[in-house]
Amino acid sequence: MEQFFNDYTLRTVVLGATILGGVSGVLGTFVVLRQQSLLGDAVSHAAFPGIGITFILTGSKVPLILMVGAGISGWLATAVILLITTHSRIKYDTALGLILSVFFGVGLVLMTFIQKSPNANQAGLDSFLFGQVASLVVQDVITMTVMGAIALVIVLLFWKEFKLLAFDREFAHSLVLPVRGLDFGLTTLVVIAIIIGLQTVGVVLMSAMIIAPAVAARQWTDRLGVMTILAMCMGALSGAGGVIFSISAPNLPTGPIIVMCATAIVGISLTAAPHRGILWQWIRRSLQNRKLRSEAVLMDLFDLARTHDSLEYPHMERALRVIYPQTGTLRRQLSRLEGKGLVSKKENGAWALTPSGVQLCHRLVNERIQ
Amino acid sequence: MQSAVEVRDLTVAYRENPVLWDVDLDVMPGTLMAIVGPNGAGKTTLIKAILGLIKPAAGRIRILGKPYQKVASSVGYVPQRGSVDWDFPTSVMDVVLMGLYGRLGWIRRPGQSEHQVAISALKKVEMDDYSDRQISQLSGGQQQRVFLARALVQDADVYLMDEPLQGVDATTEHAIIEILHSLRSSGKTVLVVHHDLQTVTSYFDEVLLLNIRRIVSGPVSEVFTDENLRHTYGGRVAIIKNPA
Repeated sequence: MEQFFNDYTLRTVVLGATILGGVSGVLGTFVVLRQQSLLGDAVSHAAFPGIGITFILTGSKVPLILMVGAGISGWLATAVILLITTHSRIKYDTALGLILSVFFGVGLVLMTFIQKSPNANQAGLDSFLFGQVASLVVQDVITMTVMGAIALVIVLLFWKEFKLLAFDREFAHSLVLPVRGLDFGLTTLVVIAIIIGLQTVGVVLMSAMIIAPAVAARQWTDRLGVMTILAMCMGALSGAGGVIFSISAPNLPTGPIIVMCATAIVGISLTAAPHRGILWQWIRRSLQNRKLRSEAVLMDLFDLARTHDSLEYPHMERALRVIYPQTGTLRRQLSRLEGKGLVSKKENGAWALTPSGVQLCHRLVNERIQ
Repeated sequence: MQSAVEVRDLTVAYRENPVLWDVDLDVMPGTLMAIVGPNGAGKTTLIKAILGLIKPAAGRIRILGKPYQKVASSVGYVPQRGSVDWDFPTSVMDVVLMGLYGRLGWIRRPGQSEHQVAISALKKVEMDDYSDRQISQLSGGQQQRVFLARALVQDADVYLMDEPLQGVDATTEHAIIEILHSLRSSGKTVLVVHHDLQTVTSYFDEVLLLNIRRIVSGPVSEVFTDENLRHTYGGRVAIIKNPA
């Protein structure tokens, strides 16, 4: 571990992955809240042919140049998707699927073409498919940092506009905010977040880095600001964690490992988060069911007693068993109610409401009337 | 006198089908008007066209004598409650503050004075105790009040509201109607898409009966007749009016 932190290359790589995770977490928050989760997938796949074309045109493997090509290609895909949905009857999800596969297909064709061509320089381009952390150098990390910082500053500056756009686009429009321009800006930032990660995570899995941290963060909070910061931290953690895991053993692919880290965070968040977590909801529901079941027994005793002079008139368990054929359930409820002092058992084995039990029944009746 | 809302020959088409066809409308300042018509009559489309959210195929719309872009800050909008995701991670206060985003301008964040405005709007709709609530915890009526509060902070002269009484409880309905009446008394113009024919007479001054075309518009006492309603609803619906 100590050796790890002294290793210059490793530090560079971990830093790069942290930045890509953080930036995609922030932009992913808006993607997820605008219910455009598939957009990330389309953009990252659509960026692939851009890398191929850029290499063919320039012969360069400088990441910055390839990233520009990837960005243009990814951005072009979103423009085509928008064109298709506004000018034809094809729905948004269909357009996404169409563009994703067409662009990615073109990308694969180009990559195969490049691999077979007699150019000694082409090796390593295919690492953009699943990401290749080893190829990251300091210069790349600086590029990623600058682009990421620009994206985050823009989000911060237009925070309230982006928030309104995500929550209520038409209201934003009615305030004559330039919603088209904001859409364009936000989408461009998403494209930037994606191309930052292409080299490390790869086109196939990059969309997970957009969606996963945001989905996980949503579980823990009900505030957009907190959610964004949480998504940033979770993304950064997945990035750093994924790189460290993947280089701790030989032959582990970086991109998939980073994505698996993010998935683990999503898994924990979906189960354990308070309020929204599955575990929490399950506990709350069973508590609620228990309460309802014993209230039902209490109300039945109340209904039976109402035909008598006193509301505390005792009834034998048999009378209730007509309603509750399962003896065990009924006994359990009665003893729970007894424990709360709402009912009491008479010498002859009959059950009667206590004064506080009667009081609760009156309140429940009132609540149900309202 | 200058119309608060003036619509001339408005036609809106979705693909080949007209959703609104050659609609004319004049609303004088200080009028509380209901827009009534069957499903698919174009009520929401009319509101959205006035707000510039939908591009009309033909026609001219003026608000306070000017195109919408020029007077947007004098127009308040209450969209249909179902048009947003109420599970969005934000608070009641945040939603109300959104009504001030137009006035705030770019980059500036809402500050102390904006919060004061928002709180006083929330007081008017009796929701000031809920300002920190997450919006998904609200009931339908409360959500509607929050939307109304967001429009109130806009401090507009013309209000356009899409079904503000849809699916709200009786208390909320009364609270909202009271606010609509007080807006009207302070000289504001309020257009409300409304679905409950029974209450048109008691709540509104004027009514527009719409079914793709304008059937008729004017004071409720004059135009809200059985014959006009039959005309609007195609005679298929039996309408029982409350004897006022």
